[in-house]
Formats: sequence, C-alpha cells, structure tokens
Amino acid sequence: MTAQLSLLELDLPRRNGELVFDAPWQSTVFALAAAVVDHAFAGDREPFRQQLIAAIAADPGRPYWESWTTALEALVGGLPEESAQSQGTAQS
Amino acid sequence: MTEHGHRPAPPSPVEQRVAALEALLTERGLIPDGFIEEVTRRYESEIGPMNGAKVVARAWLDPAYKQRLLADGTAAIAELGFGGPEGHHMVVVENTASVHNVVVCTLCSCYPWPVLGLPPAWYKDPPYRARMVREPRALLAEMGCALPGDAEIRVWDSSAEVRYLVLPQRPDGTDDMTEAELAEVVTRDSMIGVALL
Repeated sequence: MTAQLSLLELDLPRRNGELVFDAPWQSTVFALAAAVVDHAFAGDREPFRQQLIAAIAADPGRPYWESWTTALEALVGGLPEESAQSQGTAQS
Repeated sequence: MTEHGHRPAPPSPVEQRVAALEALLTERGLIPDGFIEEVTRRYESEIGPMNGAKVVARAWLDPAYKQRLLADGTAAIAELGFGGPEGHHMVVVENTASVHNVVVCTLCSCYPWPVLGLPPAWYKDPPYRARMVREPRALLAEMGCALPGDAEIRVWDSSAEVRYLVLPQRPDGTDDMTEAELAEVVTRDSMIGVALL
C-alpha cells in the first residue's frame, strides 16, 4: 500500500488544506477511487480525472462527492471484466 | 468512542451506489483488506495535522521561534504559512516535565483546523467535553496518557475566539533528527494534549 496517495494531486475540495468528508460514504468512495487508480490503472490518475471533469460538467450543481461517485461508476463500467464469474463477454 | 447517530436513517441512493461499487470492486480483487480504512485514516488523522507538526518541530529546533510561538501563536504559525478563519487567535501552550496541557471545547467542537485538520470524532463527543474538565487525570489515563501524580494538568477551553495548540515535550533520542524527521514524530493527539510522545 504505497501508491495509494496518488490521488492527492487531484483538485479535491479542501478547507484549510484538509480533505473534507462530511459522511463516511464520502471517504469510502474516495478510497475506492484511490484503489482503482492504483490497482487497475497502475497509478495513472488521468482516466479518472477525465471522468470526474466530465461528471462535474454534466451536472455542475451536483454535490461534489456525488459527481465523484458518478465518475467512478463510469470508470469502473469501462474496465474489462477480469473476474472468472463474469456474466457476459467483455467487448472492447 | 464511536457512536452512530440517534436515528438509523436508511441509506441514501448515493450511499447505495457507493456500497454497490465497493462490493463490485472487492469482488474483482481491487480492494485489499483494510485499504479503505487505511486511506481514510491517513487522510483524516495524519495529513491534516502535518501543519501543526511542522510548527512543533520548528519550535523544538529553534529557540527564538519557540519564544515567538509562545508569545504570539497566530503570528508565529503564520510565519510558516498556516492560518485562516479557524486559526485567527492561536495560543500555544507548552508541556514541561511538571505541566501537562490539554485542549477541549466544552461548548461545541472549536478546533484549530489550519494546524490540526479536522477534529477527531471523540473530540466532539459530550463525554470528552465534560469529563476533560471534571476529571482530566482519569480521562487522560483512560485514553492511554498516564501522567505522573505530581504533574499539574491545565485544561484549556477552546472557543470561537481562541484556539489552543499544545507544544509537546520533545522525546528523548531525537537529538540527531532533522526538522522534517521531527515533524513525523509529532502526532495529532500530542498537540491536543491527550497523548505523550
């Protein structure tokens, strides 16, 4: 678990330099994105960043962590199915 | 000391979506055991207080800075680039062999965000707020901070106007450390005054 802070440089909402989580699901979805970036994209955060930019642009008034969730859903939806019990063939 | 809210509200749609993502990613083996807790812990309890740790490390190494820090906390902390609305009037209190300082906010959860990040959950808990004033020695011992019987305990009540930061004692065996290394030794809890280093 060494590369997990690679999301640090994204533009995260900060208050006095501290990440702001108002509810547990927010820190969870933040960590989930960190895990995907680290383990499915070898630390490359650009694909997630692009999804986040798109999610915020699609609904600028939506709360930040909801847009973050939408971005992660989109990113994960585009991942190839690696697990053995995949239901259907991945198309790319 | 974690407690759930009084009303167990059903999960909101976004909470359900996050739970679904977590389940899916776990199934795909992308979430190592304990990863979420580890990330959350690092962000909430280590990265935030780094500013305060830098202030403490500087004070340990630079006697002139320490003097300025104890005389005017706000100005000395601003020298390192930290400040803001939740750190308007900072008072720094120094722990010594005979005096231990601890910070509480009896009315709410006033806390020096610019130097310590977000307050830990227990800081906002009514039992902490009440007992730290009534029986600080017992509560500190329960929190793992056992003090010598003859140490004087000073409890500082934060308010909207004044925020306190504890300057912990420099631990033994750190003589050869650089400022950056020293900053890593300083914990959030030691700067609230509920832990020794």
